[in-house]
Amino acid sequence: MVLNFNQEVQSARILSVGAYRPPRVVPNSEIIERIDSTDEWIQQRTGIQSRHIASAEESLIDMAEKSANIAIARAGLKNEDIDAVIFATISYPFQAPSAASELIVRLGNPSAAAFDISAACAGFCYGVALANDLVRNKTAKNVLVMGAEKLSDFTDPDDRATAFIFADGAGAVVIGPSEDIGIGPTIWGAAAESREAILLEPSYLEFKNNPGKLDIGWPNISQQGQSVYRWAVYGMPTVALRALEAAGLTPETLDVFIPHQANDRIIEALVKSIKLPDSVVVAHDIRTSGNTSSASIPLAMDALLAEKPELYGKSALLLGFGAGLVYAGQVVELPFKPNN
Amino acid sequence: MALTVDVVLEGIKEIVVEVAGIDAGAIAMDKKFTDDLDVDSLSMVEVVVAAEEKFGVKIPDEEVTKMATVGDAVNFIVANSK
Repeated sequence: MVLNFNQEVQSARILSVGAYRPPRVVPNSEIIERIDSTDEWIQQRTGIQSRHIASAEESLIDMAEKSANIAIARAGLKNEDIDAVIFATISYPFQAPSAASELIVRLGNPSAAAFDISAACAGFCYGVALANDLVRNKTAKNVLVMGAEKLSDFTDPDDRATAFIFADGAGAVVIGPSEDIGIGPTIWGAAAESREAILLEPSYLEFKNNPGKLDIGWPNISQQGQSVYRWAVYGMPTVALRALEAAGLTPETLDVFIPHQANDRIIEALVKSIKLPDSVVVAHDIRTSGNTSSASIPLAMDALLAEKPELYGKSALLLGFGAGLVYAGQVVELPFKPNN
Repeated sequence: MALTVDVVLEGIKEIVVEVAGIDAGAIAMDKKFTDDLDVDSLSMVEVVVAAEEKFGVKIPDEEVTKMATVGDAVNFIVANSK
């Protein structure tokens, strides 16, 4: 038997972006006492001045729902027009069913295809790659890619290496059909020999297999800062340049650079290594949002477009990298200015 | 030819001047990177990567964490040079 169907591909683009930041702003001054640090020390090493932290009552899905509603409305769509949801997160507190399945129920669209991906800080760019392919091959028409994290649930407030880094928030894009190609080829991969550089442990089994043991501790993120910094600063420029080349661009012809907001010093070092000219607008959302893992790129995208509306429709290099260690980068055309 | 302490120290001085922007005269074997030379843990990564390139020596991450003084770095590089 020979399969017989229309194999023409459908070009895709980012139709819209939406973001949600929990209202509570936590400045460094609220964190430093527990870790015996200073505002200056934190800013010097990370660029972070403040971050948004969700309340105990505000769940990951609460934040995701709010950003999804904004993104879908800006795309001029209704929730039922979304036929697939890809949810990138490392902080949904259930193994199954997925965060995506909870989100589509909230959106009143419980029959959409829905699944989570676990690619940490690269998760959003992994999701964009998958959504692009789903639309191109007409497996789906309108895909919601969600990056949302409530990392405050999995951060040790006494850990001097991480307490000031991680934060909360949600950002989403809708990827759908377009006349022109709006998403370039994705360059992705891993350096999994260093997978222990960023960990979220212990596993659930530690609790099951050690009943009554009280010092196991809650699963929190730990990271080897120097190893991660080295990989990001010296490994990611090649990925960025390959993603640019694959899309037919150069550092000189790019408009916007939105890397994962891990650390402002990593961002500055990347800009230098990639040799981005001053004409390229660079996202520094880290300074007031902290590191929100999978949410950081859509949050930064939304903030840039709000601040500089002239960037709607411009080219942007997205570059995600994180626990795994895994990475993904692609050039996209930013969404057009929404009508609503 | 194996590297000597003097040669490596001079090279490390050049790198630290470049990374931390401090005077070469302030750099000596007993100086601590963090406390004396304003080289924090992330700048230390830049020093190490530059030193690897300059001297053709691999410096694993676990060794970097042990390098408190300039002398620690110089001695590791000398001991591991071919």
